[in-house]
Amino acid sequence: MPHEISIGFAGNPNCGKTTLFNAYTGANLKVANWPGVTVEKKEGRFQFHNSDYRLVDLPGAYSLTCYTMEEQVTRQYILSDEVDVIIDVADASALQRNLYLTLQLIELGKPVILALNMMDIVEKRGMEIDTHRLPEMLGIPVIPVSARRKTGLDILMHAAAHHVGCPSDTPLIHHHGSEEAGSFTQSTRSRHRHQHHSEFAMVYSDLIEDKIDQLMDELQGRYPDLGNYRWYAIKLLEGDEEILEKYPVNRPDVLDRSYEPDIINQKYDFIDEIIQEVMVNKEEKSAVTDKADALLTHSILGLPVFLLIMALVFFLTFTVGDWLKEYFQMGLDLFSGGVLRWLEALGVAPMLTSLIVDGIITGVGGILTFLPNIIILFLALAFLEDSGYMARVAYVMDGIMGRLGLSGRAFIPMILGFGCSVPAIMASRALENKRDRYKTMLITPFMSCSARLPIYVLFSQMFFPDHAMLAAYSMYLLGVLVAVAAAFVMRLFDPEKKEGSGLLIELPEYKAPSAHTIFIYVWEKVKDYLTRAGTVIFVASIIMWALLNFGPSGYSTDMSNTFGSLLGRWLVPFFAPVGLGYWQIVVALIAGVSAKEVVVSSCAVLFSVNNVNSAAGMASLSAILGGMGFGPANALALMSFSLLYIPCAATLATIRKETGSWRWMIFAAVFQVAVAWAVSFVVYRLALLVW
Amino acid sequence: MKLIDCAPGRRCQVDSLDLPLELSRRLEALGLIAGSTVAVLRKKGSRRLGAMIITVRGTRFAVSMKIAANITVRGEENAS
Repeated sequence: MPHEISIGFAGNPNCGKTTLFNAYTGANLKVANWPGVTVEKKEGRFQFHNSDYRLVDLPGAYSLTCYTMEEQVTRQYILSDEVDVIIDVADASALQRNLYLTLQLIELGKPVILALNMMDIVEKRGMEIDTHRLPEMLGIPVIPVSARRKTGLDILMHAAAHHVGCPSDTPLIHHHGSEEAGSFTQSTRSRHRHQHHSEFAMVYSDLIEDKIDQLMDELQGRYPDLGNYRWYAIKLLEGDEEILEKYPVNRPDVLDRSYEPDIINQKYDFIDEIIQEVMVNKEEKSAVTDKADALLTHSILGLPVFLLIMALVFFLTFTVGDWLKEYFQMGLDLFSGGVLRWLEALGVAPMLTSLIVDGIITGVGGILTFLPNIIILFLALAFLEDSGYMARVAYVMDGIMGRLGLSGRAFIPMILGFGCSVPAIMASRALENKRDRYKTMLITPFMSCSARLPIYVLFSQMFFPDHAMLAAYSMYLLGVLVAVAAAFVMRLFDPEKKEGSGLLIELPEYKAPSAHTIFIYVWEKVKDYLTRAGTVIFVASIIMWALLNFGPSGYSTDMSNTFGSLLGRWLVPFFAPVGLGYWQIVVALIAGVSAKEVVVSSCAVLFSVNNVNSAAGMASLSAILGGMGFGPANALALMSFSLLYIPCAATLATIRKETGSWRWMIFAAVFQVAVAWAVSFVVYRLALLVW
Repeated sequence: MKLIDCAPGRRCQVDSLDLPLELSRRLEALGLIAGSTVAVLRKKGSRRLGAMIITVRGTRFAVSMKIAANITVRGEENAS
């Protein structure tokens, strides 16, 4: 009888939960936000044996307190009746820590199945887990799986389908006996009036169980429709703020203090007991990780090794990427030419043809040619992330970032910014502290994104022919310096002087990255980049085209008689001190607000130069510019300004989305223009002394 | 003594956490509570800005010296 079964995937971060989730849903995912919060919700569908499954990937969490949005969202979702079964994904090689969440999930009172993931690693290390005894101690089905090897997946789904409604098919069999004195779960010593051991996996000390009973009576009296009173009683004893607020009871004699430490300790004692009984050969000397970390987190070598790895990533991104990009560019030119001929053959009005070819195809196509660079960068980063190395980066960079008032984790968005600011801004979500996040979002766009490279390449080759590469790379360095300086200055002026709580990050065992996971990760990011950049840039291209093709006297192909040029001329005085007082340059920079790649093509159009990237084109452009008094100093100023001023429209849109406020977006834009102007001023004046 | 004083290669037992509430809760959820054993793997950097790598209940964590300076521990005799 086909009906829909709803399954929630819960588990610690780094336990392979998402890999397992992806193994079922494939790329058949819908990513959104949980209502009202900025926590990501991933949902997928899946068919198995005539039934439809709705799978929800809950945020990774170590616990189910009310302190983070992720945990709250998970709690609410499970307590609501929207989910039929929970699959608790645990890393079998780190069972000791993963079971803490398991016990909490069981206490929620909904059907839970434990999926022991990474069993392949467990076997390889010669560890053994008694998968018959474990369900007996927990009272829930336990299914070994390996998401990477794709084993056990069918059995897991089958078990989940059968566990709906929580039939008591897994009897609890505890025999606490011989263990060390002080173990609270010894039934022989318990004087509590109920025999809980066959009912609940987690049984607390007599003191706590007595209090639970008393609170349950209170709760049943006050809130008759609640259900699962035991869980609420335990939360009250823990001092859980959310529950205390929603379901208060007036029993100061029972709630004389917070019993949270006791409850946590007793849970861990029980977990120790379980591990004792269930794990054999738990010699977790994970040799590979230790050896790798000896180098990668070495107190002295760690940083140089990291810089080397990053250099490799950039080498791949820019050399291999550029090589591929040439093919993209050729393809785009062919397409653009073909469409032009087709439209002309159809006799379409010149204005519409121009809109389509010059406006839309050029604008949007420009974004597509950068796809190779973006894909390679994301691939490299996904590889580093999935292998477990990225967490080490936070450790290695923490000291340096600390001096700037940022956490080690802020380094990753900044690295991403070298590829494209859009995913970099999105990656700042990883920072928990709001101030850190905003600070990072403000300075990440200073990292020279790949879209600005054409500007450097063009102008360095024209004005610094012997040192073109050096000139281009100096911009990258300038970007980093400005970002560091900005962070430093922000720290000096920070009114709260809040030092931040300090680094705390799990370092997972190294593992060979899974191709499937990487593919899905990269695909998601690329799709995001394309849709977000594409839609915004599509609109911006049209606006730009309109500005540059319409003037006070209507449609005009004379560039100097358009609204765009009027705007440019009007702004020249603002740009003159910085060496950029030429209306064509100003218009090109304005066009660059839609996308930085557009600056080069706009220059070509505005100065009427064809094929600006060819030797002939460059020669004629530099001649034209030279005739206008535009020299090497101006070129440097232009490159600096392009590096630092307003990020592209897609980035602005992302900033607005991540901060949820227009004010921050405008502030970021204004801030960056101000910094760009100031730095370009200095660069220009200094450069004039030389050239 | 504090966790920050614990030498790499040694284990110690946690006595208490003197940290802001949110942080101590996060640590508790990870198993770092009074009574649990912590092994120190390595350290880097200064006492003010550095960080250390520790093992708690079978899992590795990188933790800042700032946090480690506020965790009171007692040393265990057997080094790993």
